[in-house]
Amino acid sequence: MTVHSDELYQQVILEHNKHPRNFRVLSSCTHEAEGYNPLCGDHLNVYLKVTPEGVIEEVSFQGDGCAISKASASMMSVALKGKTVAEAKALFDEFRKLIMKEVDPAEPSAQLGKLSVFSGIWKYPSRVKCAILAWHTMKGALDERKVVSTE
Amino acid sequence: MASFDIDKVRKDFPNLRTHGRDDKPIIYFDNAATTFKPCQVISSTHSHYCHRTANIHRGVHYLSEQATASYEASREKVRRFLNAKSMSEIIFTKGTTESINLVASSFARKRLKHGDEILLSEMEHHANIVPWQMVREETGCVIKVIPINDNGEIMLEEYRKLLSAKTKIVSVVHVSNSLGTINPVREMIKDAHAAGAVFMLDAAQGIACEPIDVQEWDVDFLAFSGHKLYGPTGVGVLYGKERLLESMPPYQGGGDMILSVTFEKTIYNRLPHKFEAGTPNVAGVIALGEAIDYVRALGWENMMAYKNELLSYGTRQIQTVPGLKLIGTSPHKTTIFSFVLDGIHPHDVGTLMDREGVAIRTGHHCTQPVMKRFGIAATSRASLAFYNTTGEFDTFVTALKKIIEVFK
Ligand SMILES: Cc1ncc(COP(=O)(O)O)c(C=O)c1O
Repeated sequence: MTVHSDELYQQVILEHNKHPRNFRVLSSCTHEAEGYNPLCGDHLNVYLKVTPEGVIEEVSFQGDGCAISKASASMMSVALKGKTVAEAKALFDEFRKLIMKEVDPAEPSAQLGKLSVFSGIWKYPSRVKCAILAWHTMKGALDERKVVSTE
Repeated sequence: MASFDIDKVRKDFPNLRTHGRDDKPIIYFDNAATTFKPCQVISSTHSHYCHRTANIHRGVHYLSEQATASYEASREKVRRFLNAKSMSEIIFTKGTTESINLVASSFARKRLKHGDEILLSEMEHHANIVPWQMVREETGCVIKVIPINDNGEIMLEEYRKLLSAKTKIVSVVHVSNSLGTINPVREMIKDAHAAGAVFMLDAAQGIACEPIDVQEWDVDFLAFSGHKLYGPTGVGVLYGKERLLESMPPYQGGGDMILSVTFEKTIYNRLPHKFEAGTPNVAGVIALGEAIDYVRALGWENMMAYKNELLSYGTRQIQTVPGLKLIGTSPHKTTIFSFVLDGIHPHDVGTLMDREGVAIRTGHHCTQPVMKRFGIAATSRASLAFYNTTGEFDTFVTALKKIIEVFK
């Protein structure tokens, strides 16, 4: 299959799906939440360890889902490490805007970095929820909501 | 097969010529969700709204009388299609879901008492689970589940063990939308009756699979949707034995379901109108009649023989895909192929299939208990109709193998 820049299943995504980063339970976490996508049964837990100063020291996740949701969670975990809670929430907003096509997908915000591989997903409305599940769950954890659903 | 000219049949379905993503011609393998409609059905709807719009049972003018006659003619077509005894037994609803809810509400809710039992199978669609749970909430009745085996078949011995004097209703799917299994419903109906229970059949899928004879089968209630029988969405049927329907209170109140209304007392209309409150889907009912005519003209024998060929060809071909596991392997099944691929989530399969122009369904197919039974979250499902071809199946299998490569 040829890989176009707007293609959903880019190497980065396939690679993160195959070898997800930070794919484990974080027993020393300070925040955690469970995310669920009732449409497809995707299910994951996000764990965060936040310092008293509000810096995200560690992020991990565990669960079951499609390549898009798994890669998205994996890449999120990498992106958030070392960020402050406020920065994490701001990044969530940027990411959401990108995949909902609220900003021009051809010019993703620089902060998104590698996360801009998801810029073509708006063409697959039924898959947008897969990409955002981990992010909603992360935000839910920070907001002290234990269970998050994409519906 | 001389009597089944697939090229000619395909010409009847304009949707088969639609192009999808990247302008690829669509291969439509999502017929268990809804079927395409033949020209005859489409033009019936078109001409109804162009030339014959009118409400029914309400006017003495020409158009209304014509519409009423066509609407009732459809009822007669359904009666004949199911071989029901009388037109009074054919109620038009908006689909399977509403038909089941009607029975749950007007029949079960009134009759069931605390401790009475409803039997459902493990392979039911949510539409045949949730309405009964609502009955349970109100009556305190008990829902018992008939288990299925590893092939995705109802375990008849277990069913018989569950039947008792407490069983008041058995409601089971005729053909499973997520497994493809065709259930031995005639036997099951006999067993239910022997225990004194009423039997409801969810024929949402079955209606397009094999001829149903409600009298010979002796089924008490049966539900189906027009849109899975090459007819329009928004119309369906509840068949019920006259004696049972007579004994039931109306489902909804409104126009058409009454004989006379005063603020002191209302007299309900006769069957079947008692259960058809308000203006029904007139155009939809008439078009459903056309769909039934289409199926009859094609002939069950031809259609079933052709689909059986598709089934055995498909079953052979799909097993050449490495790491593929079929979910639903009963020898008694229809052209539904539910499967999981090693290490690849069904949603990724669905999206990549779509890129190849093949429309399949992925997910739990509104049958979460089946997913739980097989220890999976979802399956990919290809469901074929009589207008699909072995050539299309080859394209699908090639695409599957390509997807596996992507994930290697
Ligand atoms: C077995 C079965 N039962 C019930 C239904 C519900 O049908 P509808 O949504 O047309 O009411 C479906 C269709 O999705 C089905 O496949």
